Amino acid sequence: MRDARLAVGLRVGLRLGLCLCLGLWAAVAGALEVEDRRVYPGTTDRTLSIVSTADLEVFEPYILRFQQSRPELTVDYTVASSVELYRGIRDGAGFDLAISSAMDLQLKLANDGLAQSHRSDRTDALPDWARWRDLIFAFTAEPAVVVMSSRALDGAPPPATRQELITLLRDNPERFRNAIGTYDVRDSGLGFLFATQEARSTDAYWRLSEIMGRLSPELYCCSGQMVDDVISGRLSLAYNVLGSYAAERMAQEGRRDIEIVQMQDFANLMLRTAIIPATATETGAAGAMIDMLLELGLREAPGDWPLPPLSQGTSDFGPIRLGPALMVYLDPFNRRAFLAEWENALVQDIVIEP
Amino acid sequence: MIARLSIGHRLTVLLAGVAALLSLLSWWMVSELARQAAARSQDNVLAASATTIAETIRSEQGEVRLELPYSALSMLGAISEDRVFYKVVAGERVLTGYDDLPVPTDAATGARVAFETGQYSGEAIRMASVRRTVLAGAGPVPVVVTVAQTLSGVDAVSGQLSRLAAALSLAFFLVAVGLSVFAARASLRPLNAFAQAVSRRGPSDLRPLRRDAPPELAPLRGALNRLMDRLGQSIRRSEDFIAEAAHRVRTPLATVRAQAEIALRSAESEDSRQRLRRIIRAVDESSRSAGQLLDHATVAYRAEDLARDRIDLGELVAQAAAALEPTATMKDIEFRIATSQARVVGDAVLLESALGNVLDNAVKYSPDETTVHIAVSAEEGVARITVTDEGPGLGEGPIESLTERFRRGGNTEGVVGSGLGLTIAADVLAAHGGRLDLRNAAEGGGACVTLVLPSA
Repeated sequence: MRDARLAVGLRVGLRLGLCLCLGLWAAVAGALEVEDRRVYPGTTDRTLSIVSTADLEVFEPYILRFQQSRPELTVDYTVASSVELYRGIRDGAGFDLAISSAMDLQLKLANDGLAQSHRSDRTDALPDWARWRDLIFAFTAEPAVVVMSSRALDGAPPPATRQELITLLRDNPERFRNAIGTYDVRDSGLGFLFATQEARSTDAYWRLSEIMGRLSPELYCCSGQMVDDVISGRLSLAYNVLGSYAAERMAQEGRRDIEIVQMQDFANLMLRTAIIPATATETGAAGAMIDMLLELGLREAPGDWPLPPLSQGTSDFGPIRLGPALMVYLDPFNRRAFLAEWENALVQDIVIEP
Repeated sequence: MIARLSIGHRLTVLLAGVAALLSLLSWWMVSELARQAAARSQDNVLAASATTIAETIRSEQGEVRLELPYSALSMLGAISEDRVFYKVVAGERVLTGYDDLPVPTDAATGARVAFETGQYSGEAIRMASVRRTVLAGAGPVPVVVTVAQTLSGVDAVSGQLSRLAAALSLAFFLVAVGLSVFAARASLRPLNAFAQAVSRRGPSDLRPLRRDAPPELAPLRGALNRLMDRLGQSIRRSEDFIAEAAHRVRTPLATVRAQAEIALRSAESEDSRQRLRRIIRAVDESSRSAGQLLDHATVAYRAEDLARDRIDLGELVAQAAAALEPTATMKDIEFRIATSQARVVGDAVLLESALGNVLDNAVKYSPDETTVHIAVSAEEGVARITVTDEGPGLGEGPIESLTERFRRGGNTEGVVGSGLGLTIAADVLAAHGGRLDLRNAAEGGGACVTLVLPSA
């Protein structure tokens, strides 16, 4: 934890140093809201620029491994939210590789002709559900989970289904009031994907949202912050958190009083995907990076990589299907209607007193 | 070029060409059908998708509202990995979807579902439009829902089926070529059999062909038979003519000879006697030639329909030797005959003529006061009459050619002859299934002529 903080501090300094060139770059790339950025210099000026939703500390091992085989390449890694990433690629930002957890936005980019095709032995080895049209490739399968502090359970076994969770929340509102965290689907692409897929798959979603809305939930942009707040005790329950982040943080902290629960009635399985944007210039290097990611994605054992392989965590419900159907909820009419319903359920001004 | 190609090859090439054409045609038809089937199933799904979206269109407080059903796009994703575009237009306003997506030209006027193929985002697309009118605000608003999909799925399916069809057509073609070869051979078999039947015949066999032939070959058989008939007739006519001519020449020659002999006896001067002897010799020679021409014609005539007498070769030799005895005595030539039992079946007249010619030759080419050996033998089904003289032999030239008509050996100076003798003998023996062997005797250098016949 302290190391991580230190690293963040160092990075802030680095970022200040990069300020000038970042400003210039931002002008070129359009107004992309950058959360984090680091350049890993190679032996030449040839640069593979990656935009990704994965945090730096999560993705760094992959970059370092890539540079072992391709030391001549400088890797420019930019972290942005999935919505920003989507907007940036749409506007023609000059990235060679875009990695995102928002499958629907990635698929829309590919569908709308903003991705280049890539084909290799590695992509051929992928199962059908993990790629679409040689344009979009999945290299991790990450389940959505519920993270709870054992304190909030008060000795009871963790809920296995949404119905049990609803009962738990309804029976013990005092434990969870102002202590529930979930995605703000209006801002988070992944949150929106999870919510729409869940609403499509189980009717318990709306009932659960209704209950959570009454308990004044906190809304987050990212899984990492939710997990952090559960660890710090600010939250009793974080709903729809990326299991990979939660597991990694738990391992770092060594905390035993926090439960990671996968719902048994339905669980989303997100595929983290990569595309080569149409505007990419270093397509060869981007292809090589994708091949490396797929090689790791197809590994059998999880190993000590931060992101799980495709075979890991395959739930009974299968991964979210890569296909044009993902674009349905991105349609303005549907999105507006869904957000209206979601706001009705979760952003309630009336707070019911116990 | 084509004319020189064998009929079998032509048939095979033609049949294979037809098979190739049919294979190509069937490949093209299957490919086209597969493409159409794939295109139609895509059209159906596109229409279903557009209809599903159109079903959700409703009017809400004077505004046209709709909801894109999950199934509308998921059904398109289920059939292929094609890119999907959609657009909903109410009146003039694009409600949602891809603003610049083209719309089928007859979407607003034509059938309820309109299809068209077009171009969008750098790829060929197939569009389907569904029209629906909604009452919103002031009046009815026509709403057109267009759903489009790229064609790579259709292309992949039809390409796959086309490749399968190509493989099947190729297999079909190969089988057809094999069958063409077989068919060509089978249909040419009667022709080959016919040709073999004709070529198996002997050189002078001019009997009409009687074998069964397919109707296509009947004209050929008829023409061939007529040709052989005419040929036979013309040969017979010329033989008759020769026989007649020889006969007519011989009779006056005999008269001339008799008169010359009378004149010789009464001649006074040695000079005129000498001249008369020359005349007699010339007449003799002419008479012999005429006789041989007659013999030759007889051989040609009788060989067609050979008599089958049982003949004792010993007797035959004795008769022939006796016939030539006067001539031989004039030159002091002695016949020494060694006979053993030998019988053949054949035409006595012809065999006598053959042996007579051989003996005549032997006498003619033998010097005075020599011996002509005649031996008759029979062994292993073969009867032989060997005539050996002590003359100059058969010369240096090719021995086989001596049996050709009017061909005389290389060392016949001073001896008169027509060159028909050995031809007659060879023809007779050939007609009896035998042959005439000619060689020079081992010692003494004389000719050794053997008449070889199958013994009875």
